[in-house]
This record gives sequence, C-alpha cells and structure tokens, in this order.
Amino acid sequence: MTMRPEEGTLISRAQAMAAVLELLTDQPVIVCNGFPSREAQKIADRPTHFYMIGSMGNAPAIALGVALAKPNKQVVTFDGDGNVLMGMGTLATVGALKPKNFIHVVFDNEVYGTTGNQPTISNVVPLEKVAKAAGYAHVVRVLDREDLVYEFKDLLKQDGPSMLLVKVNEFQEEAERILLDPPDLTKRFMKAIA
Amino acid sequence: MIDSDVFVQSLQNLGVNFFTGVPDSILGGIIAELMNRRLYTPAVREDEAVGMAAGAYMAGKMPAVLMQNSGLGTSLNTLISLNMIYRQPCILIVSWRGQGGKDAPEHLVMGEVMPQFLDTMKIPHRTLTEKTAGDDFKWIAEIYQKQQIPVALIITKGVVKGLHP
Repeated sequence: MTMRPEEGTLISRAQAMAAVLELLTDQPVIVCNGFPSREAQKIADRPTHFYMIGSMGNAPAIALGVALAKPNKQVVTFDGDGNVLMGMGTLATVGALKPKNFIHVVFDNEVYGTTGNQPTISNVVPLEKVAKAAGYAHVVRVLDREDLVYEFKDLLKQDGPSMLLVKVNEFQEEAERILLDPPDLTKRFMKAIA
Repeated sequence: MIDSDVFVQSLQNLGVNFFTGVPDSILGGIIAELMNRRLYTPAVREDEAVGMAAGAYMAGKMPAVLMQNSGLGTSLNTLISLNMIYRQPCILIVSWRGQGGKDAPEHLVMGEVMPQFLDTMKIPHRTLTEKTAGDDFKWIAEIYQKQQIPVALIITKGVVKGLHP
C-alpha cells in the first residue's frame, strides 16, 4: 500500500465542495451519508440539497431516480470513495442507462473518514476509470481547485452522465449533525425540486 | 391465475408510474409485460432499485420495486435507513421463493422466515391471491398513502402467469 493521499493532494473535501457549490444554483444535489452531508449543510444549506444520514452507497441510485423522473433538470450527487466502492454496481446502471442530466462528483480521500480514517482501496482502484469503462460519457480526475473549477464548469455544459473525481485530503471540517428531521428533509427537497 | 397484463394494469390504475427491480422467475411474466409497455428500469441490486425508487418518489413518481425475497436481505439497510426514517413510500412486489420448503436450498431459510422478517422490520405485507386481488391492490395503495413507508405485496408461485406456464 502506498501512502495516502496518493498524489500529494492539497485541498480538503470542504474546500472542494465549496468550490463546486459556488458553481451550482438550484440543481438537485443528493449528498452521501457521513461528513460530506454535514459539510454541505455547513457550507451552503439549500432546500434543493438532500442530505443522507444512512443507506451508504445509495447516493447515486437516489440521484439516478431523480434524474430519470426529471429529465429536464441537471441532477448532481456528492459521493465519496468508500460510498462508490460500496455501491459500485450503480456505476454500471448509470453507464448503461446514460442519463444526460446526471453529474457524479466524487470526493476521494482514500479513507472512511467518518469512522476514523480506515483506508479504502481507492488509492489503487481509479474510480473514474471504472465509471468510464461502465459507460459514463465524461470522466475527469482533478487534484487542485483551479482544475476542479475549470472542469466542473465544462461538465455543466455537456451531456452526461459525467463523473468529476476530486482527490482531497483527509481533513474533516467541524460540522454538526444534520439539523432537520429526515421526514422534513424529504418534504423540503420534494417541494424544492417540484 | 392472474394475467401479467391485468396485474400491471392494476398497479398502473393505482397510479404506479415508476418500475424498477431485479428479476425472479416467478416475476418473469410481470417484468416482460412492463418491458413491453416500456415502463421498466432494470437495476443491478435490490438496494440500488430501492434507492432509485426513493429518488423517483421525491421527484413526483409513485414507485414499485420488484424483487425475489432474497433481495429483502440485500436491500434491508436501504429500506430501514432511507425509506422508513425519511418517510419515503414504495410498493415492493416480492416473490415468495422457498415457500413451504419446496425450492432450491438457497431459498429455504428466507422462504420460511419471510413473513416474520417483514413483521420485525415493520414493513406491512399481504400475500396476493386471485380471489382477493381487488382488495389486495386497494390495501397496498391505502398503506402507501397513509403510512408513507414501504409496503410489500407477496407473489407466490402460480398466482400471476409467468413466462413458462
């Protein structure tokens, strides 16, 4: 096993997420469970965000359901490396169905951060290449903020399905638990994307 | 025996307009009919299917997920840590493999415990029969609307016409 983060990544997930959220407005965003949801809530809490607190591995499946039901809306999912590995079959489903309005952003820190930084295997498994092989139309791997902004702006203009994989470090933002009760999150999200 | 097209039409009459799942032989006729009507989105795992259904629900659809009862095991965490706590309903169409101990060995344990398993998970369920079909569909729709959680319609072998009758 090599040292992590593999390529000397400079930015934290929260910094990367803030950069992505600056480029989004009212697109539905499905955020995977654990700290990514907490950090998204802290950086920019929007009613179009659906924060997951359980069902690890399912964020892109939920986003796919939204994307298929709302083909005229660009749908984004924020995911992690451990999450993608757990629900890897969904890369195949997305690649086969090819929803044009589906953008998969993976913050890859090579660890299960929420449970204490146990290593995943994404240091040796390039997840964006798996997505490409599965049939995603565009996949990009970025290591710094400047590339991230450039590439994400570009993906927003293209037909998907797309994956932006951002290598991030292990730093975890101080961020509180999801504030709304789960049924209220469902209602808020449904109203916001209706 | 209920015809597959009657079964699918009954679900559509309830308002169901998003179908996904993972196949089983008992559900073969239903899935073929859904594909004929271009209504079926195939998933690769049952938890993924349940997740897609949840997304479709939040985007305004009324979803159904088809699976063999082994898929209840695969999708359990999604059902309880997504659907149940977030109040996201879906209709589960579950084939009862291993019923009465007459099936391949891999189906026997789940086949025996499935009703208690669903009770333990607090997932309301009812087993479809030809005689009670009208009531069964009505009941499913009522639970879906009132409780806003997953509700299961159990399909036993021979009740809905399969691909190879």
